[in-house]
Amino acid sequence: MGAGGQSLLGRGNGRSYGDQPLNDGERLVDMRGLDRFVAFDHQSGILTCEAGLQLADILAVLCQAENGGSAWFLPVAPGTRYVTVGGAIANDVHGKNHHCAGTFGRHVLSFDLARSDGLVLTCTPHENAELFAATIGGMGLTGLILRATVQLRRVVGLALEAEDIRFDHLDEFFDLAKESDQPWEYTVAWIDSMASGRRSGRGIFSRARHTAAPGRAAARQPKMTFPPGLPMSLATPATIRAFNALYVRKLGSAQRRRRDHVNYEPVLFPLDAIGAWNRLYGRPGFFQFQGVVPAGLADAALRELLAVIEASGQGSFLAVMKLFGDLPSPGLLSFPMRGATLALDLPDLGEPTRQLMARLEQVVIAAQGRIYAAKDGLMKRASMEAGYPALDRFRASIDPAIASDFARRTILPPPLPA
Amino acid sequence: MSDAPVMAIFGATSDIAAAVARRVAEDGWRLVLVGRFPAAVAADCSVRGATAVQTVTADFADIASLQEVADRACTQWDRLDVALVAYGTLPDQAATETDASAAVHGMMTNYVGQVILCNSVALHMARHGRGTIAVITSVAGLRGRKSNHLYGSAKGGLQRFLQGLRHRLFGSGVRVLDIRPGFVSTKMNAHLAQAGPLWATPDQVAADIIWAIRRNRNVLYTPWFWRPILSVVRLLPLPIFHRTRL
Repeated sequence: MGAGGQSLLGRGNGRSYGDQPLNDGERLVDMRGLDRFVAFDHQSGILTCEAGLQLADILAVLCQAENGGSAWFLPVAPGTRYVTVGGAIANDVHGKNHHCAGTFGRHVLSFDLARSDGLVLTCTPHENAELFAATIGGMGLTGLILRATVQLRRVVGLALEAEDIRFDHLDEFFDLAKESDQPWEYTVAWIDSMASGRRSGRGIFSRARHTAAPGRAAARQPKMTFPPGLPMSLATPATIRAFNALYVRKLGSAQRRRRDHVNYEPVLFPLDAIGAWNRLYGRPGFFQFQGVVPAGLADAALRELLAVIEASGQGSFLAVMKLFGDLPSPGLLSFPMRGATLALDLPDLGEPTRQLMARLEQVVIAAQGRIYAAKDGLMKRASMEAGYPALDRFRASIDPAIASDFARRTILPPPLPA
Repeated sequence: MSDAPVMAIFGATSDIAAAVARRVAEDGWRLVLVGRFPAAVAADCSVRGATAVQTVTADFADIASLQEVADRACTQWDRLDVALVAYGTLPDQAATETDASAAVHGMMTNYVGQVILCNSVALHMARHGRGTIAVITSVAGLRGRKSNHLYGSAKGGLQRFLQGLRHRLFGSGVRVLDIRPGFVSTKMNAHLAQAGPLWATPDQVAADIIWAIRRNRNVLYTPWFWRPILSVVRLLPLPIFHRTRL
């Protein structure tokens, strides 16, 4: 590992948005070849698998309804099921059930970590505990995760009872989130980031919970794939404004609430409906911004973030809000904290987009929040330091042979001038 | 007693074989996995839903052992529906030109061993009057080229052998499938730059293989576009062919 003076970096399925799975000019190790199941106990729901296995495979193979409809299910499902188990650990991913289940790392019982000194260490909360904590959310910098043991979750059925509720103001969003906290295990809100004036803060609150109604497992692959090679982005302020204006009416003009029984796929994995959807942004691409602000300051900070976006005129198709719960993660660099998170896809318009991102970053950091490293492409070193108080402690666990573009930008000491 | 169909795979850790194994495992087949280190693939197949999995440890370079290996694999259960012969090596062509042992090793692991296994399996299946012998050869077996003609000749020889075996087994109820993949992103090709439209994944090839087995095909080009490509390559007149770097 790390021969020839070059650093290396394990890479999963490449679904992080920023420069975290990149290692410019140096080595990447494609971990997707390690994609075998090792063992599964149908009684206890404890799964051991290699780290390159994708959540989509776990869902397809293990999350099947048994007699009576109940099933094993992912304890935490991020917005796409095309991520590897190793990647889910390295980013300590969260899902729409964060307020009930916390992050993915909470459900990891152990993993094997290969270090550049040639050792393979089994890490659990008790054995190699510091490496366990550093690796969960550690963005691959502590070693190569080879295999992991994860506790799956028992659900009453694969189908979801789902509700969409229109809200007109942030106050209503907070009320809905509070009211849904216990009875609804999955909650998330879409917000119209292009709305201004009295429409500002409108959106759709979605909540769902497993039900015993019959449901089916998701397909292994998306049915449609976005074609490659668009020279320009289809996401322009005009198309985003039009999309958002239509989307907010998806419940129908008179209807403010809709309840349905649905399969889990469209609710939990909306991004997986169309393969390679990122190509929509064409050659220029896009940035994703996701920040979290702590509960006490969340209301004011969210309003300020929305005001900043509104003033910039650069909106997003997918502006997503969620209230996180207070279940702690074992990970040192875990992103979620009790409070509110906002995530946006911003087409890269060059300098104006960078300015907007910097401004959003400022607001989040000023409100004692943090930026989600897995999605970041631009944050400043100081913001990483401010957002992640355990960063210094984390640095001691970094494997000396491992590096990434993200780490060079925000975590590793800057190179000395020649 | 289970009545789930049975597939025996020789070279179970080959990437294509492992991809076939996990697909049929998810359909509830029983598997006999033969290879040097079949345990990890066996565990994977068990979790994926295989009705039962047996392993037989074997070194395919040990030619003298192969008849017994085949017999053991064929008799794990009361039935055998498919025998997939998937192992092979990609010899360093230059080494085979100067080093006799490299040439012998290349032929042993790409032709001789496969012939022994196929003969044993054929006897077994013919006795039961049913089954499919599926063997991974290569599009490289269709025309000798300077860049890899030791490998190509072994695969080509194997294709002729399978052709004859199919003739021999005609009417016996036993089918013979000659699987001819092109470039596949596998460990065997790890030294090549695996990019471009001609490269397929092991899983794509596995899906084709299962399709061809179910359809009782004799010859499978996978992916399909290798059939027209190879018909052109085979027809290239010598004066042109000799000027290529193929």
